[in-house]
Amino acid sequence: MNSAFNHNHLFFLLQGAGWTLTLSLMAFVGGGLVGFIVALCRVSSIGPVRWMSSAYVQLVQGTPLLILMFLAYFGLSIVGLSLPALVAAGISMTIYVGAYIGEIWRGCIQAVPRTQWEAAECLALSRAQRMRLVILPQALRIATPPTVGFMVQIVKNTSLASVVGFVELTRAGQVVNNSLFEPFVVYMLVAGLYFLLCFPLSWLSRQLERRLLVAPRLEVAAA
Amino acid sequence: MSIILLDNVHKSFGALKVMDGVSFGVEKGEVFAIIGRSGSGKSTALRCIDRLERIDQGRILVAGHEVSDPALDLRQLRRDVGIVFQSYNLFPHLTAAENIALAPRHSKNKTRAEAAELTERVLAQVGLSDKARSYPEQLSGGQQQRVAIARSLAMEPKVMLFDEVTSALDPQLTGEVLKVMADLAANGMTMVLVTHEMAFARNVAHTTLFMHQGRIWEQGGPEMFDRPQTKELQQFLGAGV
Repeated sequence: MNSAFNHNHLFFLLQGAGWTLTLSLMAFVGGGLVGFIVALCRVSSIGPVRWMSSAYVQLVQGTPLLILMFLAYFGLSIVGLSLPALVAAGISMTIYVGAYIGEIWRGCIQAVPRTQWEAAECLALSRAQRMRLVILPQALRIATPPTVGFMVQIVKNTSLASVVGFVELTRAGQVVNNSLFEPFVVYMLVAGLYFLLCFPLSWLSRQLERRLLVAPRLEVAAA
Repeated sequence: MSIILLDNVHKSFGALKVMDGVSFGVEKGEVFAIIGRSGSGKSTALRCIDRLERIDQGRILVAGHEVSDPALDLRQLRRDVGIVFQSYNLFPHLTAAENIALAPRHSKNKTRAEAAELTERVLAQVGLSDKARSYPEQLSGGQQQRVAIARSLAMEPKVMLFDEVTSALDPQLTGEVLKVMADLAANGMTMVLVTHEMAFARNVAHTTLFMHQGRIWEQGGPEMFDRPQTKELQQFLGAGV
């Protein structure tokens, strides 16, 4: 019970950090795919497609991520679909990230000037070609800093998966603390590990943002 | 037989009537200038020809396309009509050559080699062969506008529309763009231009149209500038000098 913090505990925490990273990657890949579709649907020319994607975004943004986790893990097991904690957490994160990143990317698509659409239209490009060849490449440039910034939120929010028993970094910290009763030491270490995961991302986001601001912009010159 | 025909075209933006029964025809190979004050409806007339605006009433025929038909295939129309805008609207993420080759490659399904050859030809035509690899932000306004003209030319349009293409340029840069346009005119391109360059309209255009309050006020050849018939055109030309 009163054994001191040793390398076994550290190894356990690092393992937890590994799972945090895994869940973050799942959330980013899954959420990125869903978000991309949501962003395209939100700017669709078809009304019902726009409304449905908007409803999805509103619904998810108005629901705590914690509840999504409960629904995926406990809710689905009641109806007979018993998922491993990692899968349940991955699905919840995908739904959550998809809604938020979809909105970020929709904003980036709409930030490309209207005149770019018009110019592409006048060159007889189809709507899909305009999107793929003209709008998305420009939106991608605008989207990079906020997307990397949002990845920090993803990493931190994976900590909620601890409530469905998934042993990621936060849960690993709880487990270690339960045996040591050294909350200050253990949670400081946990916080430090989160910081090590997040800081490179927020640093990268700031760098990208700076580069985007410094780069000369054609639209400004042409306005 | 006119290649562009507007017949009694009406168009309003809300309560504002911007085209009030406009009719005119443009012949193949003709250079047709539209002049008038801001808000006289001249840019709207041009945009209606390329169906960037829909008309409320009347009929527009362009290169055999019934523009006023709601079921018109817009991509077919736009393969035959080139348009150049005041603000160039080049694609900033692509080089000059890529800007030009994009539509021939993807809209007209030309091979890479065909598109490259075409790009080379139109860049030479606007005198910018050495700028093929430059991005728009590395070019001056005049050069950007010439690339935009080349980009439209690469679609080998039957008609070219120019919407105040020199209005955003410094006077020094205006000349190089107007020269490209004069060359095009000399080569027999059918052109409709909305312009504030009275000297250019007078020297290059075969026909000039003066629009005022959404109507055609006067129409004629270069002599119209020397002997304006209406008080409004006299005032407009007087204010411009």
